Amino acid sequence: MSSPNSRLPALAALALGLVAAATALVFFFAPLDADQGLSQKIFYFHVPIALTAYACFGWGAWKALLHLWKREPSADLESYVAIHQGVIFGALTLLTGSIWARASWGVWWTWSSNQLVLFLVLFLFYCAYFMLRFSVDPGPQRANFSAVYALFGVALIPVSFLAIRLASDFIHPTVFTSAGPQMSGNMFFTFCVCLAAMLSLAATLNAVELSGKRLDARLRELREALA
Amino acid sequence: MSYTRDVGALARKDFLLELRARDTLPAMLIFVIATLVVFHFALPAGSSDLASNGLLWVAILFTALLGLGRSFVPEREGGVLDGLVLAPCDRSAIWLAKSLAVLAFLGLVELVALPAFAIFFSGIDGTTIAAVVLADLGICAVGTFLAAMASAGRARELLLPLLFLPLAIPIVVGGVGASVVTNGGRYLAFLALYDAVFAIICWASFEYVVTE
Amino acid sequence: MIRARQVEKRFGEKRVLRGLDFELSRGGFLLVTGANGSGKTTLLRLCAGLALPTAGELDVDTSREHVGFLGHEPLVYRELTALENLELYGRLYRVPERRERIGMLLERFGLWDARSDRVASYSRGMTQRLALCRALLHEPTLLVLDEPFTALDADAAELLDRELAERRDRATFVVATHDPARIEPLASARLALAA
Repeated sequence: MSSPNSRLPALAALALGLVAAATALVFFFAPLDADQGLSQKIFYFHVPIALTAYACFGWGAWKALLHLWKREPSADLESYVAIHQGVIFGALTLLTGSIWARASWGVWWTWSSNQLVLFLVLFLFYCAYFMLRFSVDPGPQRANFSAVYALFGVALIPVSFLAIRLASDFIHPTVFTSAGPQMSGNMFFTFCVCLAAMLSLAATLNAVELSGKRLDARLRELREALA
Repeated sequence: MSYTRDVGALARKDFLLELRARDTLPAMLIFVIATLVVFHFALPAGSSDLASNGLLWVAILFTALLGLGRSFVPEREGGVLDGLVLAPCDRSAIWLAKSLAVLAFLGLVELVALPAFAIFFSGIDGTTIAAVVLADLGICAVGTFLAAMASAGRARELLLPLLFLPLAIPIVVGGVGASVVTNGGRYLAFLALYDAVFAIICWASFEYVVTE
Repeated sequence: MIRARQVEKRFGEKRVLRGLDFELSRGGFLLVTGANGSGKTTLLRLCAGLALPTAGELDVDTSREHVGFLGHEPLVYRELTALENLELYGRLYRVPERRERIGMLLERFGLWDARSDRVASYSRGMTQRLALCRALLHEPTLLVLDEPFTALDADAAELLDRELAERRDRATFVVATHDPARIEPLASARLALAA
């Protein structure tokens, strides 16, 4: 496998290209929605960002599993960075969701969007992940704890989703329907490009943070060895 | 089966510890009653029964947190956890025994809290009691597991609630749903699902929490 | 019995053990010395199975039920009595004739009179003696002892000397100590760790 650093410029270029393409498509190519108008365009960012966050959490959980199962030495760091990215994209999901809610219904937050509520719960969960890491000294114990917690997270996603679906029975009636999978060809194409853009952006940021942290770790190791 | 015997020996130790110290159980009892009284003042006049039902679950959750916060303290003092890990028993037995002990304490507290709730607020039906039982299983399984992790860190009293509450949200949904909705069967099934999923994860991964 | 090949143990960036190689055959007695911070405790925890090496291989040819460990901490519940503590460990290790064995050990280490007192009320020396009882309760064939003479008064130290000598032929030992002269005669191998 080639060193991650050699792939980084190519990955960054790809991400930049896709993001530019996606933005262009969203504003110039995708059809204007009859009901919601311009604000509907946020959907093209909001949903891919959400899916990317899920992908980051999933990747983090996979690395966590590798850490526990195969005891791969780099898996803990990779899991941490992936989850970090997931939280960033998660925060963006909440932000774009909030903007969309404001633009569409005039409120900054709505409990009737199951997606948004699920994200809030997950956001809290993964914020606690960082608290857990900060409160334990670096070492095998912290790596084990983080890995196990990441696996809990992955189990929490479907369980929470189900819970929130059930909760809507007695909390708030579902008031709206988001743009479902009945997208026209143009919309779908735009959506896919946006998704690819977000995923490659996440992958780039992931690689950047990883190489930064690895460099940091190497430096500290050398300092220890020389001391 | 030797696994059961190990769990029995370990759970016995936990009951002995509580009997000796006699601090967690009384504290939980007083806490839950005090919380119910606070809720009375926290609910404005004319609040529905539904609102108070929801608060029952908040009371249970935080009372459980109180008990869970202390659950691994004896093991961290004197490094006993290492001693248990060294023993030939399956490491998950440590978690299971501790969960059962916490479950017993929580159950004892609820034997007082539920009637108190019925007296202070509104009656409790069979579905609610079933929901409480199922929720307790999930709370104790997940809570004990997280308590083991939190007790290894620095800010352990702060960390446990942070770790526990997001995971407890589905339990609250299941519990409140079962108490409030007329046909609460779905919520009981959901609670059972939650219990099954997380108990399996806890059982399988406790090994990694206590070894390095 | 124990074979270490290029064993390394890291905590975060700190490397506590590096490039460790040694072999200990069954019935041997490994004396581990080194200054504070040289990794003696870490090595002993690895041998006992409480931790896994970060790199390299450490093969310990025995299962957990035959390992007796004495660490820096006594590994006993402070709020329980000596009897209750040993009862618990006796059950977990499936010690045959548990009551008799416990009684015998407590007697031998001079704790019989204090058997129903909470460990919290013990002196350091008594706690250390109880920890020894705990480590020896299940007649382990691999004894991993981390500075076992700590906090023992002259009588208790003599007691421990006799115990070690008596078990010398029946078990394999890994002992870390600050006072190697005392155990030197028993040792069959030596390992000096550098910080």
